[in-house]
Amino acid sequence: MSTLLNNLDVFTTGFRTTIILFLVSGFFALLIGTVVGAMRVSPIPALRAFGTLYVNIVRNTPLTLVLFFFAFGYPKLGLPEIDFTVSAIVGLSLYTASYVAEVLRSGVNTVPVGQAEAARAIGLPFSQTLTLVVLPQAFRSVLPPLFSVLIALLKNTTVAAGFSVYEAGAIRAYLAERGEPALVVLLWVAFFFVVLVLILAQLQRYFEKKWKVAR
Amino acid sequence: MKRYLGYIGPMTTEAPSAPLVSVQGVNKHYGQLHVLKDINLDVRKGEVVVVIGPSGSGKSTLCRAINRLETIESGAIYIDGKKLPEEGKELARLRADVGMVFQSFNLFAHKTILENVTLGPIKVKGVNKATAEKEAMSLLQRVGVEHQAPKLPAQLSGGQQQRVAIARALAMKPKVMLFDEPTSALDPEMINEVLDVMVELAREGMTMIVVTHEMGFARKAADRVVFMADGQIVEQAAPEEFFTNPQSSRAKDFLSKLLTH
Repeated sequence: MSTLLNNLDVFTTGFRTTIILFLVSGFFALLIGTVVGAMRVSPIPALRAFGTLYVNIVRNTPLTLVLFFFAFGYPKLGLPEIDFTVSAIVGLSLYTASYVAEVLRSGVNTVPVGQAEAARAIGLPFSQTLTLVVLPQAFRSVLPPLFSVLIALLKNTTVAAGFSVYEAGAIRAYLAERGEPALVVLLWVAFFFVVLVLILAQLQRYFEKKWKVAR
Repeated sequence: MKRYLGYIGPMTTEAPSAPLVSVQGVNKHYGQLHVLKDINLDVRKGEVVVVIGPSGSGKSTLCRAINRLETIESGAIYIDGKKLPEEGKELARLRADVGMVFQSFNLFAHKTILENVTLGPIKVKGVNKATAEKEAMSLLQRVGVEHQAPKLPAQLSGGQQQRVAIARALAMKPKVMLFDEPTSALDPEMINEVLDVMVELAREGMTMIVVTHEMGFARKAADRVVFMADGQIVEQAAPEEFFTNPQSSRAKDFLSKLLTH
């Protein structure tokens, strides 16, 4: 307990950054993932091809390499400079989006085709058929795997520690300098991750109850 | 007695106006199966056409082709003089003028009954929410399900769901209503509540194309019965004519199978 209480500042800063990384990356991953997922079920071949290319390239690249690119490759492109935290957010968002897209695509396939037909029959164009009728139902049917992706994202944020981002994964290194026992520190870090994941699981249960679609 | 075989226009003394729905030389295959064979069909404004025939005769495909839920390979379909366009904004606009009622209701499962009816008017026609809800409630009242407005579709019986589906289609103020076997998925005791709404609609002068197995509805509400078999329109006549004096052997065979039970 003293390990925690004597170093509360490091724990707070670390986990605050982790939560920020998670929330911001999670938001953009859902946004980009929805767009890419929509592309993958689009009737337009060019959009479908782009969606497939994106998923295949990004999902098949290890997260460390994605972050490597944004931390060390990107600055060499001569584009506006971004700090390590922002580049970690960009990398995590793009990486997680590929998983969100695939989860969502499988959800779209569970929505009966009659739903889209009925939407088209009242005159909704493709985009609104998707956003107003198909995707809301698809989201509901994939809540469990979608939350698995978000939980994976939460834990993946620790990879950013390797790229000079001061988040929960970096706590051990900071406290090693203060001479704290590594094992105890890691157990505390693990404990707080479990707490965060439990909060997410609770959120999942709330949404599952709220959005239960009876057929 | 006047037969409609080779139907050319309405039996009025006025000059025949352009048909509201015109299907001209339409063909479609499913792989090897020639499901629509050179179909020609004109439907006047205010006319109620009932399409009957054995299963697999192409009647549902024809119904779905009229608002392009099924594509066609050759021929053309005109709604109120306008040719059905390719997929896109223009097609969506034309579809808004064609109401469709499905066999499996297809109410939006995540939206309430009221939202099901207001979605089209608000999103497609840009009607404001208050007006759309007022109109929706009066439509729901007309089909007798106004007390179900805040519920989700799954909480309603099949008959109630289908009546909501009719209200949803009517909310777009369509020029023509298509019914694709609207009572085939219903329990027997719920069929009449849906048919009653349809008969009422026919009396009010709605142009309707109805694919159905309900011969009682055809007798009661149809202006014309179209009999299809093997992807072709075999025969068409006024209902009384068709049921008492069918001309083709296919129709005689079909009717004899129906009426022996």
